[in-house]
This record gives sequence, structure tokens and C-alpha cells, in this order.
Amino acid sequence: MSIELIGTWIAALLTLCLFSFLYKDNPFFRFAEALFAGVSLGYYIGQTANNTLKPNLVLPLVHDFRGNYDLVIPALLGLNLYTRYIPRIAWMARFSLAVYVGYYTGVNMVQKLQGEVLPQAGATMMPLLGAFPIAGTTALLVTLAATALVLGLIDSARGHLTRGAVIFVSTWIVARVVAQVAFPLAADALDNLLLFVGVIMVLIYFFFSLEHRGAVGGMSRLGIWFLMLGFGAAFGYTVMGRVSLLIGRMNFLIIDWIGGTVRAIGG
Amino acid sequence: MFLRVQLPLLLTFLAGLIPIVAFFFTEKARLVKVPNDRLEKWMIIIAGFAIMLGVVNVVQGNIRKIERKGPGWHYAIFLLIGLVLPGSFGLLGAFNVGPFHGISPHADGSPSPFSFFVSYVFQPLQATMFSLLAFYVASAAFRAFRVRNLEATILLLAAVVVMLGRIPLGESLFAWIPGGKLALGTFTEWLMNNPNTAAQRGIMIGAALGAASLSLRVILGIERSYLGLEKD
Repeated sequence: MSIELIGTWIAALLTLCLFSFLYKDNPFFRFAEALFAGVSLGYYIGQTANNTLKPNLVLPLVHDFRGNYDLVIPALLGLNLYTRYIPRIAWMARFSLAVYVGYYTGVNMVQKLQGEVLPQAGATMMPLLGAFPIAGTTALLVTLAATALVLGLIDSARGHLTRGAVIFVSTWIVARVVAQVAFPLAADALDNLLLFVGVIMVLIYFFFSLEHRGAVGGMSRLGIWFLMLGFGAAFGYTVMGRVSLLIGRMNFLIIDWIGGTVRAIGG
Repeated sequence: MFLRVQLPLLLTFLAGLIPIVAFFFTEKARLVKVPNDRLEKWMIIIAGFAIMLGVVNVVQGNIRKIERKGPGWHYAIFLLIGLVLPGSFGLLGAFNVGPFHGISPHADGSPSPFSFFVSYVFQPLQATMFSLLAFYVASAAFRAFRVRNLEATILLLAAVVVMLGRIPLGESLFAWIPGGKLALGTFTEWLMNNPNTAAQRGIMIGAALGAASLSLRVILGIERSYLGLEKD
């Protein structure tokens, strides 16, 4: 019996242990679950030792201590994290934590603003008017949708939150269908408008310094609709990913495990 | 008081300031760039120790559970076995101790002890655990998608369109319409690229602004809970 076949049997039995939960909670599932938690940590120990500590700390110090003596400082700071287990000097662990958290908050602040907020905001502000010769039609359709947005906001300000949002959405859909059928290039401009309006509305929904009433309430309502579309799409995407994993596990059980065993017995 | 409170806060401030200041200078400004690059290397090492700290916590908690013979203590034994075996194989393999050489499969294709655990225990368990969610997601969907109001309906429609748009069944549903075979797939793509992008972008911008403001609070010492200190 080859080592691969032994491994396949172990993997198949563990897979069945986890699938047994579909019937009900049972000791086989609990065993596999506990093993998974342990093995995951064991995996990270191996990965951290091999990919982090070995190349960045141990090898540089062993091969050229003089040139890399400064690495003793992070090693000491890292070890200092463990003083938290000695109650009398547990407070010393704060030094390492302070440097670590401080550095990454600084990095995070720059990265979030420069790497996420600005590029995302830039990508949202796309041209609303197409190129010649359909510029006139595009302008007409975009103006129609934009006017509906303004009218919707006015209606929302009067207290009709949902109706205000519906005015914009329905007008936009009509304009988009017309563009799709007769002026394909205008469709891009309308999509850009939708993207821009969607981002602004979602941000307004998350803005809690103003009460969500009147025009703000209408925009917030539209923001919820965009969020629901986003969540629904993300949910559908996740389900498809999980089903794909399930198919993978079934393939493994049928082809690798049963098929592999039959092939091994058959010689 | 200075050692226990003010010094850690000062260290946070200085460590946080270095990457922010370094961002505004070119590589020529060595006075700023060198400390930043060095600190970046150091942090990778400290992160390695921090991950091991989590392992120590888990080991401590489970040993305590076994000692007290708390509910499900037998499973804690399996958890520790699962942790110790690949963990020690990984450590020994990483540093080539004794017969252990590396953590990857050997040159002849045979698995190392660590890679055996990864291929035949860790990866199958991980994939199965996530695939189990396919079943539970269905019951969660039933609860979430019951058409109670307009918002739930939008959620339902978006999910159904995305799911159908990515499988052959979705294609065949509209195949009877001339040119309709790709209609659902095209609409799904549009949905993902436009309204979905707008929502994700709004969330991303909002979260990034929140994260940036929290970072500022940490650097300025207003937020101190990560050090186990109460806010003033």
C-alpha cells in the first residue's frame, strides 16, 4: 500500500467524519473538528518557522551576525511578548505590542487612504458623456436620468422616500434600455452615472451624523437598495464557491478514494 | 507609571509616525527611509513571534480544559495531537533537524512529514469544512430571502441572477430566445460590474475612512484598549 493511498484513506475518512454532521452532531464530527483546529495551528507553526523566522531572522544571524546584529532587537521584542505569562512583569509585553501596533497602524493609515479611498474615488468619477457622434443622444439620456435623480430627491424631501428613489431607478432603467437597443455607446455613460450615484448613496447610508429623513432619507433608501444588490450578488457568489468545493470533495471521494482503492486492488 | 503607560504610548506614537513620514519622502531621504525599511523587516519577525503567542494561548487553554475534565475534554486531546505533530514536523523540517529536511515534498515527489499532514489532513479538512457551508447556506438563504419587503426581494433577485448566471442551466433557460443564450450571463456580469461594484466601493471607502481614523486615534494615544489600558 503506497503512502499516497494511506494518505487518501486518512483524508477520505476525515472528510466523511465532517460530512456526518449533516445527519446530526456526533463524536466523529467533534473529533474531526478538533483535529482541524489543531492541525490548522500546526500548519501555521510550520509556515511561520519556515517562511518568516528562518529567512528573516535565523539565517541572516547565523550566516552574517555582524552585518545583521540589529535583528537581535526584533527577536528580543518578539520574545518580550511572552512576558505576559509572568504576572509580575506582564506589563513589559506592552513595549513590543506598542511598537508592533503603532507601526502597522501608521502603515494602515497611509495604505487605506492612498491605496483604497483615493483610487476607488477616482475610479467612480468616470466620464458621463460619450464620444462624438452620439454625444447628443448620450447627453440627452444622461440628463434625463440626472433630472429624475433631482426630481426623486425633491420628492424624498417632501417625505416620499421610496417614491423618490423609484423615480430615479425607473427613469434610469428606461434610459438604459433605450440606450442598449438604439445607442450602445450611451449605455456606458448611463452605467457610469449609476456607479457614481450608487457609491454616493451607499456612503450617505453609512453617514449617521445627519438624520435619515427627507432628501437624505431618500438617498439613504437608494443606498440600501444598492447594498442589497451587492449583498445578494456576494451571497450568490459565495454559494457558488461553496458548491464548487462540495463538488471537489465528492470528486475526491469517488475518483481518488474509491477509484484509487479499486485501481490499487486491481494492481 | 511612565514605564507602564506613557512609554508604551510614546513608542506607539513614534512607531506609527515613521511609516507616515516616510510616505512623503523619496528613496533619497535616507534619514527617513532607512529606519522605515528596517522597522518593516523587524515587524515581520515580531509578527512571527506573535503568531506563536496565539499557539501558546490555545495550548494553555486546552491543557487547562483537560486538567479540569471540562465538557468535551477528550476532543482537546485530539486538538493538541493535531497541533503538536505537524507543528513539530514543521519546526524540525524548517531548521533541518535530524532526519527532517524542509517542509515541502521531497525532490523525488514523496511527501515530507509536514507536507503529508498538509496534503492529507489539513487541506481535505479545510475544503470539507467550507463545503459543509453549502448545505447550511441554503437554510440561511431560506430565512434571509423570504420575500417580506422590497429590500429582501432585491437581495433575492440579485442572488438568484448571480447563481443562475454562472451555471449551464441559466444559459439553457433563455436559449429559446434568439440570442438569449448569453443574456443571463451578460446581465450577471453587468450586475457584478455596476450595482455590485457601487455597493462594494461604498463599503470599501467607508471602511477605509473608518480604519484611517481609528489608526489616528491609536497613534495619538486616544484609543488604548490594545494595551489593556482603559480610556481616560
